[in-house]
Amino acid sequence: MVIFVAKRLALMALTMLVVSLLLFLLLELTPGSVATKVLGPYATDEQKQLWLAANGYLEPLWSRYIGWLGRFVSGDFGQSIRFKAPVADVLWPRLWNTAVLGFWTFAIMIPLSLALGVLAGMREGAGLDRVISVTSIVTTSVPEFASAVLLSAILVFWLGLLPGTSPMTSGFDWRQLVLPVLVLVLYDFGYVTRMTRASMAEVMTMPYIRTAELKGLPRRRVVVRHALRNALIAPFTVITLQINWLLSGVIVVEYFFAYKGFGALLLEASLNQDIFLIEACAMIAVFVAAATQTAADIGYTVLNPRIRFA
Amino acid sequence: MTGPSDLAPLLEIDRLSVSYSSRGGAIPAVVDLSLRIATGESVGLVGESGCGKSTVAMAILRALGRNGAIVGGSVRFRGRNLADLDGAGLRALRGGEIAMVYQEPMAALNPSLTVATQLAEVPMIHARVGKAEARRRAAAMLGQVGIGEPDRVLAAYPHQLSGGQQQRVVIAMALLGDPSLLLLDEPTTALDVTVEAGIVKLIADIGRRFGTAQLYISHNLGLILETCARVCVMYAGQIVEEGPAEALFRRPRHPYTQGLIACIPLPTNDKNARPLAPIPGQLPPPRHRPRGCVFAPRCVHARPGLCDVGPIAMERADASARQVRCVRWRDIAAADVAAEAPPARPPVPIGDEVLRVSALQKYYPIGEAGIGALISGEGIRTVKANEALEFSARHRETVAIVGESGCGKSTFAKILLGLETATGGAVYFAGDEISRIPVGSRTPAQVGALQMVFQNPDETLNPSHSIGAQIARVVRRFDKERRGFGIRGRVLELLDTVKLPREFYRRRPRQLSGGQKQRVGIARAFAGNPKMVVADEPISALDVSVAAAVTELLMDIQREHGTTLLFISHDLGVVRYLADRVVVMYLGQIMERGTTAQIFAPPYHPYTEALLAAVPMADPAVSKREIVLEGPLPSALDPPAGCPFVTRCPRKIGRICEVEPPPQRKPVRGHVIACHIPLDELAAIEPVFSAAPDAAAE
Repeated sequence: MVIFVAKRLALMALTMLVVSLLLFLLLELTPGSVATKVLGPYATDEQKQLWLAANGYLEPLWSRYIGWLGRFVSGDFGQSIRFKAPVADVLWPRLWNTAVLGFWTFAIMIPLSLALGVLAGMREGAGLDRVISVTSIVTTSVPEFASAVLLSAILVFWLGLLPGTSPMTSGFDWRQLVLPVLVLVLYDFGYVTRMTRASMAEVMTMPYIRTAELKGLPRRRVVVRHALRNALIAPFTVITLQINWLLSGVIVVEYFFAYKGFGALLLEASLNQDIFLIEACAMIAVFVAAATQTAADIGYTVLNPRIRFA
Repeated sequence: MTGPSDLAPLLEIDRLSVSYSSRGGAIPAVVDLSLRIATGESVGLVGESGCGKSTVAMAILRALGRNGAIVGGSVRFRGRNLADLDGAGLRALRGGEIAMVYQEPMAALNPSLTVATQLAEVPMIHARVGKAEARRRAAAMLGQVGIGEPDRVLAAYPHQLSGGQQQRVVIAMALLGDPSLLLLDEPTTALDVTVEAGIVKLIADIGRRFGTAQLYISHNLGLILETCARVCVMYAGQIVEEGPAEALFRRPRHPYTQGLIACIPLPTNDKNARPLAPIPGQLPPPRHRPRGCVFAPRCVHARPGLCDVGPIAMERADASARQVRCVRWRDIAAADVAAEAPPARPPVPIGDEVLRVSALQKYYPIGEAGIGALISGEGIRTVKANEALEFSARHRETVAIVGESGCGKSTFAKILLGLETATGGAVYFAGDEISRIPVGSRTPAQVGALQMVFQNPDETLNPSHSIGAQIARVVRRFDKERRGFGIRGRVLELLDTVKLPREFYRRRPRQLSGGQKQRVGIARAFAGNPKMVVADEPISALDVSVAAAVTELLMDIQREHGTTLLFISHDLGVVRYLADRVVVMYLGQIMERGTTAQIFAPPYHPYTEALLAAVPMADPAVSKREIVLEGPLPSALDPPAGCPFVTRCPRKIGRICEVEPPPQRKPVRGHVIACHIPLDELAAIEPVFSAAPDAAAE
C-alpha cells in the first residue's frame, strides 16, 4: 500500500513536470513576445532588450526553465501586469474564495446526489426512481448561465430574498454565497445522481445482495452494509473529478455573480494576456487535476479490496 | 402427493405453481409441484436447465423477485403457510430456519466485506448475540466445515480464497443460523472434481451431524445419487418422477428419466460397447408446452389421443413410494428398457502418428512489483504452465487430456493452435515443427488442418452475423477451390453434417439453443477438413441430454472424416466413454498417460486414483472407493520442488516425494506413471470401481 501511494505520488510529480515544461515552452519560448506582453505593444525594441537582459531572458532556454521552475516551486510566480502586484498576492485570496464556493457546493451536492442516487437505484424502475431520474436529467441539461438568470429573476428580482451579485466587498456574507452555490449544485447534482443510481442499480442485481437478503438481514442492513460500499466505488471517481470541474468550470457562475474567485481571475488573466498570472493559474489547475486524480486512484483501492490486494 | 417417510413433514409443498410475468404474458416456470421433506431428510431435485428447479428454491424462500409470483398451491414449513408471513417473520425464516447455498460461491459473497463480517452477521441477526460472540461462533463453524486456519480465513476477503474455501464459507454462513432445512442450488457445479468431492462429503456430513434436512438441486444425476435418499426428476416445470434414489436409478419408470440416464457416460462404459442414446428433440419453451404430457413430443412411447389430451397426474407406481407422471408407465415397464439401447459399434482402426509432442515447455514470466523485488533485481518469476510434455496422437484416434483448472491443459491447446509459442521442446504436426510458429505465420493449410471447438459456444459466435456467414467465412479461407455458390453449397453440407436444419443458414446465434450453437462451432471447426480437432471442454457448458447428442455427433463426424480428436476435459466419465488414450495432467506436468483401459485400472497414479474416485457415479450398480484430497491446488508460481502432487497426495511415501522429481515408471509399453511409489505397490491397489455388493440382489 505504501509502495502504491509512493508510486502514485511520483507519477503525479512527473505529470506536473511534463505539463510545466509544455506550458513554459508554449508561453516563453520566444522571449520577444514575453517582453511585448509585459511592456505592452507600444514599447520600443530598446526597452524590450533592456527588460529581457534585466530579467535573465538572454540566457539559454534550459537554464531559464530551471530558474523559472525553481521560482515557481518556491512560490514566486512573478508580477501580475494587470493587477500591478505580485501574482501570489492576487492568486491566493481568489483561490480561497473559490475553495469556499466549492466547499459549500460539495457539502450540499454530494450528500444530496448520493442519497437520491441510492434511493433511485435501490428499486430500479419504481416511481421514485423515475421521478429522481427525470429531475436529474432536466436540471443537468439546463446550462448554468440559464439557471443563473432564472434563479436571479425569481429570488432576487421577484421575491427580493437575496442580493443579485456576490462581490463580497464588505467582508464575507453568506447571503451572497447562496445563489452561486445553488446554481452549481443544480447543474451538477443530476450528473452525480445518475452515476450513483446506475452503480447502485447494478449492485442490487448482484448475487451477493440476494445472499444477504436470504440470510434474513433487514432491508436497511442489506442496503447500508452490503450494497452501499460496492455501489460507491464508481461514483467516487466521478466525485473527485468534480473538484477539477469546480476550479475552472465555475467561470460562468463567478462571472455572472461578480464573485471574486479563481475562475473569474483566470478569465481576466486570459483576456488581458497577463502572462505570469496565466502561468500561475494554469499550474494551479494542473496541480488540482493531478492531485484529485491521485486521490481518486488511492481512494479507489481503499474502497475496493480486490484491487488493493491484487 | 404423500411422502414416503413416517417422520413429521418439515416442508410441505402442495400443488405449487409459479409464474414470471413478462411483456409477452405470463411464463409458467413451475406447474403443479408437490413435494414433502421430512426432518433430517435429503431430497434431490434433478433436471436440465430451464426446468424450474431453482425457481422451486426461490419460491420456498419467497424470493421470486418482482416479476415472479406464486399463482397456485402453497408452501408450508412446520405447518405454517409461508404466504402468511409478514416481513419480520420472513426474515426470521430466511437464514434462521431455511438457509441456502449457491452455485457460484465467488458471486454469492460480498467482494468488499471480510469473511468475518459476512459470517458474524448471521448469529447477530438470528441469535441476537454480540459481535465478539458472533465472531467466535463464526470461527468455530469454519472449523466445522473443514477450514484449517479459521482466523486467517475470517480476516480475508472472498477473492483471497480458493473456490473450495469460498464454498465452505458459504456453507458455514448457511449453517450459522442453525437452520433445519438447507437449500443447495448446484453447490459444486463451479468447482473442480476433486474439490467437489470434498464439498459433497462435507454436505453429507452436515446432514448427519446437524440433522439438517436438505433439498439438493442439481443437473448431475451422479451427485444426487451420492447425496440424496429420495429424488424428484423435473422436466418443463413439473415433477415427472419421484422415488427412493437407488430404486429410481436402477429402474427408471418415466421415459424422460430413462432417457436422462441413458445420456450419461459412466466411467465404467465406453463408446463402442454401449453408445449413448441422446433424447431426440429439445425442451419446449415455457409458453409453448404441449397439452397433456409435456415430454410427449420427445417420447418414443407417446401415443396420440392418449398422451396429448389432458393434464396428467402423478400416479403411484409401486410399493416403494414411487410416483410417475406418465399414463403408459405400465406398458413401458413391461418392455425391456435395456433392449432399446443403441447397438454396439465396431472400433475404428487407428492410423499413423499425426501429432508428436516432445519435451514441450511453456513458461510465463511474471513481473514482480514491490520494493524488495526492485532492489534485489529478482523482478521476474516464471509460471511453468507446461513442463516436459511428451505424448503423441494418431490418425482417427481420440486422445483426452484430463486435469483440473490450472493444470495447463488449455495452455497446451493454445500452443498447438499457435495462439502462444512454446518456450522449449517441440510439437510435430503432420511432419512440421509448429511449436514456435504463431497462428498468423502458419500457412492456410496448416491452420485449416488443425482446428478447435471451444468450451462456451455463446462466446465464440459473433452475435451480429448469421450462422451461414460465419461458417462461409471459414470455408472461404480454407477451401480455395470454391467460389460463390460453391461456398453456400458447402456451408449447407456442413449444416447437414452437424444435423442442423438448412434454414439455420440465415439465423443469428441468439435464436439458437446452447447445443445448436455448439453444433455450429463444430461445423466451423470441420469446415477446412482438418486432420486434427482440439475440443476444449466442448460439452461442459451443455445440459446432460444435449451434451450426449453433441458427443455422439462429434464422434460420428470423427469416424466419417477420419479426424484425430484431442479432447480436453475434466470429466472422467466422458473421457472414459470416448477416448482411446488419456493424458492426466497436474500443475503443468503429465502424471500418467496410457490407453483408456490402462488409466482406468490399477496401477494408477495416486492423482488419477483420486480423480476417478471424485467422479459422481449415476449408477447404483457400481460402488467406488472414497478418496478425498485435502487442501487446495498449489500456486503455479511456487510449485513443489519434487513431485507436483506431493502437497495433496494421500499416498506420499516420504521426503523423497518432496525433493526429487518422480521417475517415469512403465508397467507396460505405452503406459507411463510418474511416481516414486514402486510399481508392484501401485499395481497392488484395489480398483476404484467395483460392482456394488447389493447389485446381485436386483
